[in-house]
Amino acid sequence: MTERLTHRLMLASAAPIAAVVIAVVLSSIVLLISGSNPLAAYADMVQHASKLETQVDILNRATPLYLSGVAAAIGFRMNLFNIGVEGQYLLAFIVAAHLGAQVELPSVLHIAFILVVAMAVGGMFSGAAGVLKVTRGVNEVISTIMLNAVVISGLAAWWIVEWQAGGEISATGGRVGTEPIAESGLLPDINSWLEVFTREVGLGKKLTGMLVVALVVGVVYHVILNRTVFGFDLRSSGANPTASHVGGVSPKRMVVIAMTLSGMVAGLVGMTELMDTGYYPSNPISLLGFTGIAVALLGRNHPAGVAVAALIFGFLDVSSGILQISGAASREIVEIMKGVIILTAVIAYEVVRRIREREEAAAAAAAMAASPGADA
Amino acid sequence: MAPAIELTGITKRFPGVVANDDIHLEVAEGEIHAICGENGAGKSTLMKILYGMQPPDSGTIRIQGDEVELHSPAQAIELGIGMVHQHFMLADQLTVLENVILGAEPMRSLGRIDFQAGREHLDEVGRAYGLDINADDLVETLEVGERQRVEIIKVLYRGAKILILDEPTAVLVPQEVDELFRNIRELKASGATILFIDHKLDEVLEIADTITVLRQGRTVGTVKPGEVTAHDLAEMMIGSELPVPDAGASTVTEEVALELSGLRVAGEGDRAVVDDVTLSVHRGEIVGIAGVEGNGQAELVNAIIGIQDPDQGVITLLGRDITHVSVRHRREMGLGYVPQDRHRDGLLLGFTLWENAALGHQTEKPYSRGPWLSRLGMRGRANRIKEDFDVRTPNIEVSAHALSGGNQQKLIVGREMVADPAVLIANHPTRGIDVGAQAAVWDDIRDARSRGLATLLVSADLDELIGLSDTIVVMLRGRLVARLDPNDVTPRDLGAYMTGAALEAGAP
Ligand SMILES: Nc1ncnc2c1ncn2[C@@H]1O[C@H](COP(=O)(O)OP(=O)(O)OP(=O)(O)O)[C@@H](O)[C@H]1O
Ligand SMILES: [Mg+2]
Repeated sequence: MTERLTHRLMLASAAPIAAVVIAVVLSSIVLLISGSNPLAAYADMVQHASKLETQVDILNRATPLYLSGVAAAIGFRMNLFNIGVEGQYLLAFIVAAHLGAQVELPSVLHIAFILVVAMAVGGMFSGAAGVLKVTRGVNEVISTIMLNAVVISGLAAWWIVEWQAGGEISATGGRVGTEPIAESGLLPDINSWLEVFTREVGLGKKLTGMLVVALVVGVVYHVILNRTVFGFDLRSSGANPTASHVGGVSPKRMVVIAMTLSGMVAGLVGMTELMDTGYYPSNPISLLGFTGIAVALLGRNHPAGVAVAALIFGFLDVSSGILQISGAASREIVEIMKGVIILTAVIAYEVVRRIREREEAAAAAAAMAASPGADA
Repeated sequence: MAPAIELTGITKRFPGVVANDDIHLEVAEGEIHAICGENGAGKSTLMKILYGMQPPDSGTIRIQGDEVELHSPAQAIELGIGMVHQHFMLADQLTVLENVILGAEPMRSLGRIDFQAGREHLDEVGRAYGLDINADDLVETLEVGERQRVEIIKVLYRGAKILILDEPTAVLVPQEVDELFRNIRELKASGATILFIDHKLDEVLEIADTITVLRQGRTVGTVKPGEVTAHDLAEMMIGSELPVPDAGASTVTEEVALELSGLRVAGEGDRAVVDDVTLSVHRGEIVGIAGVEGNGQAELVNAIIGIQDPDQGVITLLGRDITHVSVRHRREMGLGYVPQDRHRDGLLLGFTLWENAALGHQTEKPYSRGPWLSRLGMRGRANRIKEDFDVRTPNIEVSAHALSGGNQQKLIVGREMVADPAVLIANHPTRGIDVGAQAAVWDDIRDARSRGLATLLVSADLDELIGLSDTIVVMLRGRLVARLDPNDVTPRDLGAYMTGAALEAGAP
C-alpha cells in the first residue's frame, strides 16, 4: 500500500521535476553558447541558496508570488483568466498605504484594517471586471488588461503625487512615496519563529510575517475548494457551466464571485512590502501579478503545487542577484530558465497524465488475469 | 470477395472491465450491419477501435482483406472508414460548411482556405447521397436530425466508404428516423457499407441486413433479420423478455403539483417559442408531451427548470409561485430533472461518479451538511445509485468519461430518483438505455408515481409516451394543440398530430 502511495507521489511530482531538469539542461546549453561555465553558475546558485540569509530572501520573494499565484488559480478554476492581478495589487497597495497612514489604532486592529482595505480594494476592482463580463459580455482578459492600464499609468501615478509624504512636492523635487504608516500598523517579522529551528538570522534579514498570512490563504483556499458546497459549485461551474446551471449554480453569479475572490487575494500581494516598509514607494515592486500566472500554471492551481512553484521562482529570482555579483553568468539566464520551466511543465504534465492512464489500465488487466470470471 | 471489415480476436480492457473480449466480426461489402447489445456491452469501444481512436490490446483488423494497424482516426479515414459518434462533435459557433471542412480544409496558396472548393465538394456529396443541407446555416440553429446529417456529410466528405453510426436514432423522432433510414438505404445503393448501433430492436429488424449481438464484451451471435423476432434479439442481448411499457392502474390525485398558466417564452425576434401554454400535472400523474423536436419543448422545460425566464405567465410548484425563483431553490423544493443532453446539461465528465451523483443536489442531505460537503454522504449515495440503477462500473471513483453512454444516463436518472422529487421533469429519460434497463427505469418512474410523484415526460419515443403517460399533450409551434388519452391513440395517430396533419384534416 505504502509502495503504491510512494509510486503515485513519484508520478505526481515527475512532471515538475522533469520540467526543472529540462530547464537546467537547456539553460546549460544557452550558457555554454554565451561563453559561460554552467557548472560554475549552478555552483554559485546552490552555494548561495544554502545560506540561511538567502533562504529568508527566497521565502520573502516566494510569499507575494504565492499569493499572486493563488489569485490567478482561483480564476483558472472558474475558467477565468484574471490578468489583472498586477493592477489589483498595485491599487490595493497604494490605497491601503494611504488609508493605513490616516488612522491610529491598536496594533492588531491596525494591521487587520490595512489587510482588509487591501483585500476590499483588490476584490472590488477585480469584481468589476466580473460584472462587466456578465452584464456586458466583455471578456475578462480584455477588461483586466484595460483596468491594469488604468491603475498603473493612471490612478497609481496620480495618487502617488496626490498622497505624497510631506504634501505635494513639485515634479522636479522627486517623489518619495506615501506618508509612512505608524509602527502599530506594521507586521513584525517572524525571525524568532525561524530561529527556533536554526541559528540566528544575520545581515539584518527579516522573514516577513506575511508568510503566515500566505499559508492561511493557502489552507483556506484548499478547504473551501474541496470541502465546501461553495467550492463544489465553483469547480463544477468552471468545468461545465451549463450542467452546473441546471444543477442550481448561476454561472453569472459564480463569475462575479470568483473574480472578486481572486482580486481579494491579489490585494494581499503588495502587503509583503507595505507591512515591512510602511509606505507605497515611488517604484513599488512590480510584475508580481504576471509572474503569478506562471506560478499558478506550474503549480496546476493546486494549493501545495502553487507553493512549490512560488519557491522555485523565488529561488531563481534571488539567484539572479548572485550570478551578477559572482559574474559566473548573465542574470538574464534566470528569466530563460523560468520560461523554459513553464513550457516544459505544460508538456510534461500531459505526458505523465498519459503514462498514468496506461498504467491504470495495465494494472486492471493484470488484476483481472489473476482472477478470471470477475468481468461482470 | 473479401469482406469489407473483418475483426478477429479483438480484446480491449479498461481499469476494472473487459470492454471487448475476443470479439469476431465480419461485415460484407455493401451491407447494413447492426450491432446490438446492452449498455456497456462494448459496442462503442469496438467501433472506436475500428475507427483508430483506441488501440486494441490484442486482435487483428482486416479492411478489404488487408491486415491493418490503426493508430489514429486520420489513418482510418485514409482507409475509407468514417464514424458518427454517439455524442455529436460539432462546433456550435461555426457554419455547416466550416464544420464539414474542419480538419480537411481545401487550401489555396499562402495557406488560405478555399471555401469555394469546399462548398462545391459539399454540394457534390450532398447530391450524390441525397442529403439535403444548407451550407451556410450556423450549426447552433440546427435541429438534432439536421446536425446528424451534418455529421454524416462530414464523414462522406472525407471519402468514407465504410460508415459507422453510433446510436444514430437515439436522438431522432420517428419522422426523422424514417428520413435517416431513407438516407442509409441510398448510401447502401451507392456502394457504401454501413455499421450501426441501435437499442430499438424493431428499427434494427427493419433496416439491417445482418445483426451481431454483443453481451459483456463477447459476440453472442450473428443473425439475419428474417430469421429472428424482436423477442429473440432481446433474449440474446439480456437473456430475458422484451418489456412493454404499461401505465398500469391510474394513481392520479386531485392535488396539483405543477401548474403552468399562460406561459410564454420569446425566442429570437420576439416570436413566441412557447406560446400561451397552460397545463397542470397532478400528484401521481404522468403527463407526456409529444412533438417534433424544435417545437418549443426545450424552452418550455428550461422555463420550468428556471434557466430561461418566461416573459409572460405563471409557474406554480406545490402551490407556490416559482416563476422567478432561482434554479437552486426550485431544486431544493423537490424539482427533479433529467436533461435531454446528458453531456451538456447532466454531467461533469472529468469528475468522479460520486461527485456527479451530487450534482444538482449538493446543498441537500446527505451530500452536505450546512456549508460543508459530506464525502461520506456523496459516496454512499453514489454506491446506492450504482446498485439500485445497475450502473455498470468497476467503482465510483472513476470519472464519468469512463462510463458507457447508457450507463451515464442511468446514473443521471438514478441521481434524480433517489432524491425523491415531488415533481420530475423527464426529458427523454431512457435515451440510449438498453431495453432491459429501460424497463427498469419505467418501473422506477411508475413506482414513484404511485407514491405521488408528478412527472412531466418529454420523449421522442412514442411507445414510451403512450405506454407511460396518463395524459398526452401535443406541442406544435410552441402551442399545446391537442390533448389525447393514451389508451386510444396509436403511434401513427400521434405522429399525425405532431406534424399537424391531423389538425389540418379537421380532427378534434
Ligand atoms: N475511456 C474509458 N475508460 C474506462 N472504461 C471505459 C472507457 N470507455 C468505456 N469503458 C468501459 O467499457 C465498457 C464498454 O463501454 P462501451 O462504451 O463500449 O459500451 P456500449 O456498448 O457502447 O454501451 P452503451 O449502449 O451504454 O453506449 C463499459 O463498462 C465502460 O464503462
Ligand atoms: Mg455506446
